[in-house]
Amino acid sequence: MKPLSGVLWLPPLMSFVLITGLIECSIILMDLPAYLAPRPSAVALALFIHAEELLKATRHTGIAAITGLGMSAILGALLAITLASHPLIRRAFYPYAVFFQTVPIIAIAPMLVIWFGYGQGAVVAASFIVSVSPIIANTLTGLLSTDPALLDLFRIAKASRLDTLFKLRIPGAIPHFLTGLRIASGLAVIGAIVGEFVADSYEDGGGIGTAVEIALKEQRTDLVFAAVLMSSLLGLIIFWLVSGLNQLSLKYWHLGEFKDS
Amino acid sequence: MKHRQGAGLKLRGIHRQFEGRPVINHLDLDVAPGEFLAIIGPSGCGKSTLLRLLAHLDQADQGTLDRSEADLDVAFVFQDPCLMPWRSVIDNVALPLELQGVPRHHRIPAAEALLRTVGLGDAQGKFPQQLSGGMKMRVSLARALITRPDLLLLDEPFAALDDITRHHLDDHLQSLWLSHPMTVVFVTHSLSEAVYLADRVIVLSAGGGNITLDYKVPLPHPRTAASRLSTPFIDHLRTVSEAFEGHSRTLA
Repeated sequence: MKPLSGVLWLPPLMSFVLITGLIECSIILMDLPAYLAPRPSAVALALFIHAEELLKATRHTGIAAITGLGMSAILGALLAITLASHPLIRRAFYPYAVFFQTVPIIAIAPMLVIWFGYGQGAVVAASFIVSVSPIIANTLTGLLSTDPALLDLFRIAKASRLDTLFKLRIPGAIPHFLTGLRIASGLAVIGAIVGEFVADSYEDGGGIGTAVEIALKEQRTDLVFAAVLMSSLLGLIIFWLVSGLNQLSLKYWHLGEFKDS
Repeated sequence: MKHRQGAGLKLRGIHRQFEGRPVINHLDLDVAPGEFLAIIGPSGCGKSTLLRLLAHLDQADQGTLDRSEADLDVAFVFQDPCLMPWRSVIDNVALPLELQGVPRHHRIPAAEALLRTVGLGDAQGKFPQQLSGGMKMRVSLARALITRPDLLLLDEPFAALDDITRHHLDDHLQSLWLSHPMTVVFVTHSLSEAVYLADRVIVLSAGGGNITLDYKVPLPHPRTAASRLSTPFIDHLRTVSEAFEGHSRTLA
């Protein structure tokens, strides 16, 4: 692999240079005003000049997104375990769990402000609401797809419900839970930024959502794109963190058979 | 410790149907304590359903199933080894004891001893995905025997293995049965495996679960690789085979 690694990052780098170069040239040739379409070089410059504020905003948003994701992981897993415990509970409550997935976050964000006030509370809540669904759905699938032969084995051994849950269903559902967590990681960032659009208190300079909002008002589209790039970077970082956690736990649980690409 | 001979089983008029289609049709069967019974039959003859009834994983629609003892300790070996990938070999084997609440310092030595008898003394710290198919099956056998069951039920356990591995596992199973008295009900597709292992072979008919042949194999145990080629063995195999083929032909 080693001698290949130099080649591996070369194609995406070349395509990046090519595409940004093309955009840069077309904007110059078509003489588009900066507020309509900022040149990539201007975005890069904005990134450089406002690096400190942008990093601070990214950290602000990152803390909110990770808190929301953490709450999603804990509450989502607990909810999935509750839903898996009995078909009747599942039938009664699962439709409402799906509700989280369909709720238009932008529409209820103002309600979150009413409930939690301006600031991180509402932002974390928005991040939680957006990211909890995939965790519930995936964990539930995992809890319900336990190998029927192993369930028979536990029945023959007259295992208690608790033993069946903790020694069979939950360990077997961990790969599914981690898949849900990875899907949720990107959503948590989106939820936090949408939350900041509506509910940020601007304390500490605010997050990426705030930065985008301010930049838009000032028609600083270069700064808007710079902030958007930072949010993508944040999403990637959280995704990598979760993927690392994924690899670690698969190793720890010896779930090689469930390994995904 | 109570000396046990294994469980006796008495089935009378057992009937089981799924969606109106009878899978087991008023079956009568007696299994003596300590007997090694092999069941063969074409696919869909209700072999697996019968095992599930014996394990109390399923209930008959009609008929009675008496076990000689009320608190029978039953173990089940599936066609798939069904090991838990997140548990080491030793913890997989010790699982049934763990579920009974046996403390770790008692169950681990018991699992170690059993792993040695199936020739996996070195593999106890490994994880299932590091093992070959035959090794996984041996772990599965050890797990089934850890509670010293009175009744061992096996549902085509070695069907997915190659012949050599299969013969090895047949021998492991035989020596485990000889060293620990228990009743064994062994479902298989292989006539020679059935004749090699069992005291008694029954052939079930397709779609109805009637016994078309009930054959005692009077060869002494332990049987060895040499007995697979001996004239008496081949004679018994021919008898069972002809009964099986003959019945299949009348159906076809």
